[in-house]
Amino acid sequence: MVISGDSPFVIVGERINPTGRKVLAAEMKQGIMDRVRSDAEAQAGAGAHMLDVNAGIPAVDEPALLVAAIKAVMDVTNLPICIDSSIIEALEAGLSAYQGKALVNSVTAEEERMERILPLVKKHGAAVIGMANDETGITMVPSERLALARRIIERAADHGIPQEDVIIDPIAMTVAADPTCGLITLETMRLIRDELGNNMTCGASNVSFGLPDRAAVNAAFLPLAMHAGLTCAITNPLEPQIRRAVLAGDLLLGHDEYAMRWISTYRADLARAGQ
Amino acid sequence: MSREEEIRAELFEHTLNGHAPEVKALTEEGLKLGMDPMDILFKALIPSLEEVGRRFEKGDFFVPEMLIAARAMQGALVILRPLIAETGAKPVGRYVIGTVKGDIHDIGKNLCVIMLEGAGFEVFDLGVNTPPEKFVDAVKQHEPDIVGFSAFLTTTMPMFKANIDALTKAGLRDKVHIAVGGAPVTQEYARHVGADSYAPDASMATRMAKELVGDRSGSSQGAQALEQAVMKIDETLRKG
Repeated sequence: MVISGDSPFVIVGERINPTGRKVLAAEMKQGIMDRVRSDAEAQAGAGAHMLDVNAGIPAVDEPALLVAAIKAVMDVTNLPICIDSSIIEALEAGLSAYQGKALVNSVTAEEERMERILPLVKKHGAAVIGMANDETGITMVPSERLALARRIIERAADHGIPQEDVIIDPIAMTVAADPTCGLITLETMRLIRDELGNNMTCGASNVSFGLPDRAAVNAAFLPLAMHAGLTCAITNPLEPQIRRAVLAGDLLLGHDEYAMRWISTYRADLARAGQ
Repeated sequence: MSREEEIRAELFEHTLNGHAPEVKALTEEGLKLGMDPMDILFKALIPSLEEVGRRFEKGDFFVPEMLIAARAMQGALVILRPLIAETGAKPVGRYVIGTVKGDIHDIGKNLCVIMLEGAGFEVFDLGVNTPPEKFVDAVKQHEPDIVGFSAFLTTTMPMFKANIDALTKAGLRDKVHIAVGGAPVTQEYARHVGADSYAPDASMATRMAKELVGDRSGSSQGAQALEQAVMKIDETLRKG
């Protein structure tokens, strides 16, 4: 799979994540992976290009659970997987279990995390998401986030990881808490695109946390972000508004020749509705 | 309805809707008419913020509405503070709060701070990435009724236990109520690590805190006011 500024936007399906999903969390905890499988299939069917898999449940053996979830996803789809954990042992276990080139979610510019995670990424030939924050927290100054992104890319290179395998997360935060957050993220994206040229992804749904009708806010954010240089996002493809916003964004930015993807998606939706 | 009653009702409404200039103007008008600052605080502002909290818990209000309501109230508190300070009143209770070590998420924690201050607590906000020693020092220094730990990640949640162990080691465990919260945290997990309470959101955390200090120190202290809490809010405003 290719992620680049010249190809269609890549959607990483966010649904396989027990945080805030009580039923899914309860099932995963008991080792029941039915919903993980059906979520994987549904997101694949809705146009996800990659699936994020997170098993972050308190007080469980997260490495083992993450491996089980990854295997469940691999049972039902060939889509590449984004292995999502803040626990390094879980990332390691996930990488070992996964067949194919994984995306590791994520490393930050924190010294200890870079030195532990980047060797794992190299060892498994994976790609990695680099979040533009460090030990001191998240800066609200775009040029400082750029500097952190650069630090991660350089450190990855020291570990033999090529630049194209580092996807920077410029960090999306909710506009509910601070209305300037959206602009700061967009400006960071522009800087990273112009200065570094790396692919970028973000947790796009974060922008609407704490607000009603989140899908509409997310759907507006994505094309703005695409124009600012975002090439990939972790979001919910099951929301029709989000999916359409991404397709329309690709079309308007010249990544959908003759509007073929836009039209064929329209027809497919029409056919499904007519069934 | 007397003008004083109108002012109370309007203060309630405008705080609820986060209209800072109106809240400020009404507060000034009320004082000019000779209304008691405590009366303004306890019969208009605090009930309004409680209503904000109730609506938020029900899902009728959203994060920005909670923030502007709290900000509107803070505008009034800046005026009321020196007047209340003259009476030598005490805060409702003391609360030490922070995001645990390794975790830099602060939106939920900050909402707690705002709501707790709005409810009359003196809040000591230790910020993010707070190591156990810092919690221990703060509990030692401020002797709070409650200490609150916030964590947003499954990786950082074990710090609850580390913090509790550190407090136990320092001989402080039984002197303070321990509350925990954060997106991945559950009631079950809170019990598992030995915390005293868990709240799913800022509003609930505040309500539980009020009940707790009410139980502990009786209503007399609760009915007194907020000098230090107000000072703290003032400080926050100046920073912001």
